[in-house]
Amino acid sequence: MYNGAGGGNDIQWCFSQVKGAVDDDVAEADIISTVEFNHSGELLATGDKGGRVVIFQQEQENKIQSHSRGEYNVYSTFQSHEPEFDYLKSLEIEEKINKIRWLPQKNAAQFLLSTNDKTIKLWKISERDKRPEGYNLKEEDGRYRDPTTVTTLRVPVFRPMDLMVEASPRRIFANAHTYHINSISINSDYETYLSADDLRINLWHLEITDRSFNIVDIKPANMEELTEVITAAEFHPNSCNTFVYSSSKGTIRLCDMRASALCDRHSKLFEEPEDPSNRSFFSEIISSISDVKFSHSGRYMMTRDYLSVKIWDLNMENRPVETYQVHEYLRSKLCSLYENDCIFDKFECCWNGSDSVVMTGSYNNFFRMFDRNTKRDITLEASRENNKPRTVLKPRKVCASGKRKKDEISVDSLDFNKKILHTAWHPKENIIAVATTNNLYIFQDKVN
Amino acid sequence: MLSKGLKRKREEEEEEEEEEEKEALAVDTWWLDSDHPAVAQAPPAVASSSLFDLSVLKLHHSLRQSEPDLRHLVLVVNTLRRIQASMVPTAALPPVPSLPAAPGMADSLLASSDAALSASMASLLEDLSHIEGLSQAPQPLAEEGPQGRPIGGAPPSLGSLDLLDPATGCLLDDGLEGLFEDIDTSMYDSELWAPASEGLKPGPEDGSGKEDTPELKETELKDTELDYLMDVLVGTQALERPPGPGR
Repeated sequence: MYNGAGGGNDIQWCFSQVKGAVDDDVAEADIISTVEFNHSGELLATGDKGGRVVIFQQEQENKIQSHSRGEYNVYSTFQSHEPEFDYLKSLEIEEKINKIRWLPQKNAAQFLLSTNDKTIKLWKISERDKRPEGYNLKEEDGRYRDPTTVTTLRVPVFRPMDLMVEASPRRIFANAHTYHINSISINSDYETYLSADDLRINLWHLEITDRSFNIVDIKPANMEELTEVITAAEFHPNSCNTFVYSSSKGTIRLCDMRASALCDRHSKLFEEPEDPSNRSFFSEIISSISDVKFSHSGRYMMTRDYLSVKIWDLNMENRPVETYQVHEYLRSKLCSLYENDCIFDKFECCWNGSDSVVMTGSYNNFFRMFDRNTKRDITLEASRENNKPRTVLKPRKVCASGKRKKDEISVDSLDFNKKILHTAWHPKENIIAVATTNNLYIFQDKVN
Repeated sequence: MLSKGLKRKREEEEEEEEEEEKEALAVDTWWLDSDHPAVAQAPPAVASSSLFDLSVLKLHHSLRQSEPDLRHLVLVVNTLRRIQASMVPTAALPPVPSLPAAPGMADSLLASSDAALSASMASLLEDLSHIEGLSQAPQPLAEEGPQGRPIGGAPPSLGSLDLLDPATGCLLDDGLEGLFEDIDTSMYDSELWAPASEGLKPGPEDGSGKEDTPELKETELKDTELDYLMDVLVGTQALERPPGPGR
């Protein structure tokens, strides 16, 4: 139900599942740092601050019980990155998983890339549901038989066993980033991918770990001149030569790798002129782009800055075609948000499968959806309270000023510790994954 | 008020610092409340100077981190510059009574802060370039290929010079000094090390140029030996597991 009268096509979001500890006391390592569906939507991966990856698998739909889509259950858990120590700098390298990106499935196994601040790893997740039995020289428990006791020979056969899901690191892409990696993006050629840190973007081949090509470098010769950093980067979903990267100054550059080997000169520069009436000391900070995502069609891209979500047509550089205010009521509170550092929070955003709705997170465990066609928006809350399976979520409203209506929450009552930075939308269905600090919520649309 | 009791989850010492910050600002925070009638008439200088102090505090805090968040740093520095720029035209300020600070405060603040700010920002960013110098992981020599500039991944061979700027393939002239500045080499003292350490000559301090100095060529080989031996001794090679068969 969106703001305004509900129409026949409006989605009603229902609580489906919540994963993670019920505890209010959050263990640092359990803080979720990334969420990503795979290309079919059957698998949902999360990464956390402790360097672990947890993959959930959707159970196959029960044809009899078709009132809801399959639930997501734990499929595999593994330690992707360990804390490291850089001996030259005497620094710890955090094991926190910054991003996970799935490769399209080519055979029975699944592959994903996971990255922390410095190192990217390619993981293979495969199933094993049978094992060979009946060796001649080995007992079933693995002990070796005395060859002299073997009187007849037999051929070992495969017998079914309990399903075992194994994750193994197939490639480790290390030592290519001086600064902190913020993005990885797999190219549509499915052979290469890019990784971006604060000042550089590198291009890798998935098979080659001992070298990468630097394709963007914005490090100034004199570090004192540094005024801008790269905040996110992504390959175009269809054009394997095109990628974009966003900056802390609110600009997005589109680059064509065919134009030159080093893409320091952009092909297009997307920037919206500053609104003079909204100018403040914090203008630059709130314009800093925290996420950039191409639409599935490849015709649009979406950017998230502190207060808004913008949709850009790739053919128009001077302004976005659509702008959605996420929490405009925070504009008058920027000073306090600067003081407590919340103004530096990096929210992500995502498209639904048909590119008709976009979603992003906010504070107080609220998240927002904007329907591009109907221009309606909705605010929902990820909370364990009042959430039984298949109960429809109640829309929330924040009261900016003046009289607070019943069921509204005032700006000053918002909990700024409860932030939803990571959200993901199933590529085909209306199923969303929303991460609070240490819990993962799964919501589905109501199936009648 | 937004800031009341709303701490983000951080390490203990950061929390303590935040508490101090909040206490320090508690007296003056009336101006943060945009609904407060006096805010509209407050001279920009007073608000600016408190924001200025807060920003400088953030800047120092950020740089005290073992590895500063570059985005945070850059945004704070740029905000500081904006605040400083706004503090310049003090003549246009209307006189406002009943304020804790005198209108003329902005002048003296500016006079003292201008040079101080430039100097402090310059030195802080210079610290950053030293960090950059320390951060060059061992990489093979960059080969110019037809496609862009290949840079090193995992160091497979040990004939590698670890001071190449991966972007341009040029030597960092202050990298040598910066690289070894903080390392206590007393642990590794042996006849193998003596010639190398004597050969080290400090490069220029500004950290900006990438000139190739003659002294560096002499010590190239010795540095790579040094680096290799350090790697072996501290077991960093154990951290990078070579790919197994079939990869």
